[in-house]
Amino acid sequence: MKKLVLGLIAVAVVAGGAYLAMHRTPSGVGAPAMTDRGVPNPLRVATEGAYPPFNVAEPDGTLKGFEIDLAKDLCRRMGVTCEIAAQAWDGIIPGLQAGKYDVILAGMSATDERRQAVDFTVPYVLTPAYFVAPKDSPLTKIDFGLQRLDLANLDEASTQALDKLKAALKGKTVGVQVATIHANFLDTYLGDTVTIRRYDTLQNLSLDLATGRVDAGLADMTGWQPFLEGTDGQNAATFGPGITGGLLGPGIAAALRKDDGRLLDALNNAITAAKEDGTMKKLAEQWFHFDASAK
Amino acid sequence: MNSPLLSALMAALPQFVSGTWLTVQLVALSLLLGLVLATLVAVLRLSHLTPVSWAARGYIHVFRSTPLLVQIFLIYYGLGQFDAVRQSVLWPLLREPYWCAIIAFTLNTGAYTAEIMRGGIEAVPHGQVEAARACGMNGALLFRRIILPQAFRQALPAYGNEIILMLQGSALASIITLMELTGVAKAIAARTFQPIEVFCLAGAVYLGMSFVITRGVHLAERRLNPARK
Repeated sequence: MKKLVLGLIAVAVVAGGAYLAMHRTPSGVGAPAMTDRGVPNPLRVATEGAYPPFNVAEPDGTLKGFEIDLAKDLCRRMGVTCEIAAQAWDGIIPGLQAGKYDVILAGMSATDERRQAVDFTVPYVLTPAYFVAPKDSPLTKIDFGLQRLDLANLDEASTQALDKLKAALKGKTVGVQVATIHANFLDTYLGDTVTIRRYDTLQNLSLDLATGRVDAGLADMTGWQPFLEGTDGQNAATFGPGITGGLLGPGIAAALRKDDGRLLDALNNAITAAKEDGTMKKLAEQWFHFDASAK
Repeated sequence: MNSPLLSALMAALPQFVSGTWLTVQLVALSLLLGLVLATLVAVLRLSHLTPVSWAARGYIHVFRSTPLLVQIFLIYYGLGQFDAVRQSVLWPLLREPYWCAIIAFTLNTGAYTAEIMRGGIEAVPHGQVEAARACGMNGALLFRRIILPQAFRQALPAYGNEIILMLQGSALASIITLMELTGVAKAIAARTFQPIEVFCLAGAVYLGMSFVITRGVHLAERRLNPARK
């Protein structure tokens, strides 16, 4: 009898979840006020708060970074106030879909995979992905023969460089942030040659790179910057070509719910305006120390 | 249910299986090592030598009074910060997230189980100990033949609780890159954007494992207690 009851409870939990999943509506609590252009006011913005210099939470909880300044600028252009809050990376898209916030500015690459779940604005930042290893590692001494590798456009030199990368990393342990385009890259191109360690944040990956627990790490150049410029990263360096294109996506963009066409238009206009009047370039140079803005 | 989701879940099935296997390994190994540690600590805790007893008390107090999450972080990210640790003979072990998780879980469950064991030991009627002493049993023999078998039996219901708590605590291993059941579920949910379905599946697997554990403990209780047979 007890077994039967337990079994029924188990079935009920699973069925209940499935029911919720099928009848889930993306709207959250009560509709917020709107401007006449269909932009919610205040605009609720989610960021990660652990991906400097894009976004980082100070010990006291205040957020700062490129995307925080960008969000404020975009909100000013759209005539709304911003409410920016930090969200764990791996739940950031489900939170958007559940209506907890209206837009994500979190160093998120606009990939085809994510496009099935959310809409993206035009990209605002485009930087290549780089491998990083300790300076004394033999990995950093390899000459790959090219500076950039475009996955969407693999010529002979790129294919050779990719093979060389595979051979060099064979049997090594490579760290990456969980559920990122870089994790997809490792799964797709190096899944059978390296041991992949998946970190919750890039900061924790950097810690393990410094202690030598992983042989190399893969992330965005802009993401690596704070580590490589900090004290822990003094003994680390990038190696291999900067990788772009293909499954790495067209760049970093703001994500919003699929039914939010008017907000998408307003954000696209604001981002384009910020690019045209030089604000984007200025912010990029301020936070990344080079012009990482998408053209 | 829509088929793209179903196919995505089917594609993720091997990951779910390997995640479940890792969870089972982590829990089983830590519980085993933790039980050995706990028995030792419980005996030391009841020792009449004050320093020994206080050392055992200190260990129990520290590990029961701090969150398991903090313990994992300190053992994994904390210890690795020291050059002395990285140069030591222990580094091959401590550089692996797997062993760091085992160490953290073992120390944690060891502290809780030691208190459970102490309760069991103290519940053994004093008359039996006197009687055993009168028969000439001492020290290890007394513990092995008289005290511990009864203490284990007394402690079993409470220990069943600890096993289940350990199973649930093992979900924290995902923060140090171990892709156990929760880690796998989080990664798949982040990729498919279907958290409810994925976590329901993970929850059902945990439910199944807990069910097996409670049944197992129940059976063991019946077997060890002749009066309830």
